[in-house]
Amino acid sequence: MNDVSLIVKVVAYILIVPVFIFGSYVILHGHLSPGGGFAGGAILATLVAMLVITFRDDFKENPHEIFSILECIGMIFFILLAFFGLSSSFFHNFLVNLNGLFGKPVHFGVNPGYLNTAGVIPLMNMAVGIEVFSALSLIVLMLSMRYGGERK
Amino acid sequence: MEVGREMFIIEHLPALVIAIPLLAAFIAPLLKRFGKHAVSVWSILNLSIVECLVIVLGYRVIKDGIQSYAIGASIPSLLSPNGLPVRIILEVDAISSFMGLTSISIILLACIYSACFMKKYKSVERYYSLLLLMAAGIMGMAFTGDMFNMFVFLEVLSISSAGLIAFYAYKGEAIEAAFKYLVISSISALMVLFAIALLYGQYGLLNIAALGAAFRFTILDKIALALLVSAFVMKCGAVPLHMWVADAYGEAPAPISASLVVASQISLYALFRICFTLFGLLPAIQIIAWFIILFGLASMFVGVTMAMPQKDIKRLMAYHAISQTGYMLLGVGVGLAVINDINALNAFGIAAMEGGIFHIINHAMYKGLLFLVAGAIIYRTGTKNLNEMGGLGNRMPITAVLFLIGMLSITGLPPFNGFASKLIIYESVFLFNPILSVVAMIVSILTLASFVKVFYSAFTGQEQSKYKDVKEIPAIMLVPLLILAFLIILFGLFPGIILKLLVKPAVQALLDRAGYIGVVV
Repeated sequence: MNDVSLIVKVVAYILIVPVFIFGSYVILHGHLSPGGGFAGGAILATLVAMLVITFRDDFKENPHEIFSILECIGMIFFILLAFFGLSSSFFHNFLVNLNGLFGKPVHFGVNPGYLNTAGVIPLMNMAVGIEVFSALSLIVLMLSMRYGGERK
Repeated sequence: MEVGREMFIIEHLPALVIAIPLLAAFIAPLLKRFGKHAVSVWSILNLSIVECLVIVLGYRVIKDGIQSYAIGASIPSLLSPNGLPVRIILEVDAISSFMGLTSISIILLACIYSACFMKKYKSVERYYSLLLLMAAGIMGMAFTGDMFNMFVFLEVLSISSAGLIAFYAYKGEAIEAAFKYLVISSISALMVLFAIALLYGQYGLLNIAALGAAFRFTILDKIALALLVSAFVMKCGAVPLHMWVADAYGEAPAPISASLVVASQISLYALFRICFTLFGLLPAIQIIAWFIILFGLASMFVGVTMAMPQKDIKRLMAYHAISQTGYMLLGVGVGLAVINDINALNAFGIAAMEGGIFHIINHAMYKGLLFLVAGAIIYRTGTKNLNEMGGLGNRMPITAVLFLIGMLSITGLPPFNGFASKLIIYESVFLFNPILSVVAMIVSILTLASFVKVFYSAFTGQEQSKYKDVKEIPAIMLVPLLILAFLIILFGLFPGIILKLLVKPAVQALLDRAGYIGVVV
């Protein structure tokens, strides 16, 4: 089944970079603008969907194992961030307003949106982004590769 | 230092019992590379830790009163800054810790059982991952004090349960059962979400205690009540919406059937929490109580009559689970019907509720035992069909005795625990309405008839040549069964102590609406 034309393949190659950048942008700006981890992760997963449709025949084996692991890592990262807040309470935002990573204090009122703010929220957005990206990619891969399901 | 660490754990107990299974669930699949045993040992270890924490938490609830925890606050005890509960608050009272203890004990035993039962299957790491997620969902629903949080954990519970029901994915029936369960769960979750939206739109609050204090009983509140009651009745498997129970319990792996029993009971807890804490002062609560009683009656009767003709051992037990849920609904429903009549409440209402709540833990134990015994039979013979079994009593004597214990307990014969709770329900409900009590007794007799059939066809009779090589199940699978049987006999012999230690505080907590609200507001 080699009926995917060269045009489709070339366009897919070209689209990889813009889709990746847009997805990452939505994830990283999750605490400033609409979107966030879930939306950005879903956008990144469309990349995998596109690659699967275009280059399905070139895959020798199903790379679902790596996404399975990535999915767990995303969730573990998220819950560990919640655990790190335990010095005060579970899910406490322990990075905000400390002038460190994502710790720039913001004054009350209108501002253009500073990326380096909001404490653990951007980090949790990234964790959710990884999780949603890998989970949706996993679903796409499972559906496309005619994975036969569990056997005894 | 040692004291400091102890205080640290105690301060964060309500959050830790939810967080530990959640974290463990996602670490479990990564442990696959260390072998299948690593995953099961990891799950058992984590569930045991949670079990210990729940026991400590319950002890503190009995000793110091309601435990609360504001997630994400600078101090966990800072519940309502500026008089408004803005954060997710976990609120643990005696009934929550009672439900948490019941659920986590059964799931832990099911997990130990799974270590041997599920050994031969591929990708058990996902099985344990989902089992831990299920534990997290149940713990979250039991301990949360927030409506929306309850919805989220309901979803976590539903999705992980659906995945577990579909574990035997090579069988079409398992997929069908999981799909049915998923549809029912989605509908009930949507109804819960809609009800929460109705409440949030009016009061701007999501906290259960704060909502209870702010209630004005508008027409929208009544719509929300109807939605919540029907959603949770659907999820606990009471009769008009029971069709998913038989499929789901019947097709899931046996330890999962046992865990699903407590997963359904946690919806029962949510139903009671909504009715008593949120709507306890509603003048028309009697109507809701009568609906709950009627659901209970229908469940008892339809469940047991549907169980009689079944040939599949787990499907039969699933119908009995529906029937037993009816007893809990009946007991607590009678308590709810007289909640505003203090004389009747003291005369029989509290006793009826004690019977219903006591039946929850008893049912979790004996139905857990029966499902695990059914799993043991399937493990050795490979069939679920009662007509193909026979003469197993000689080959599996310990299993036969354990089945007998579970069977006598579910039918309500002394000296087993089913008798204790059923007797309380019969006596107290008789004072409320004798007809209800008579129906409950008839259902018990029908249950006995149905289980005598199972015992006869599975364990007695002529020995079949194809089961010549059947042996007793491995020791690791026997351990959880023996623990459950021991607890059943213990609860049956000393019901007074259990009532005083576990059940009475739980019922008082359910009735103490002002106390629950007062912690937050």
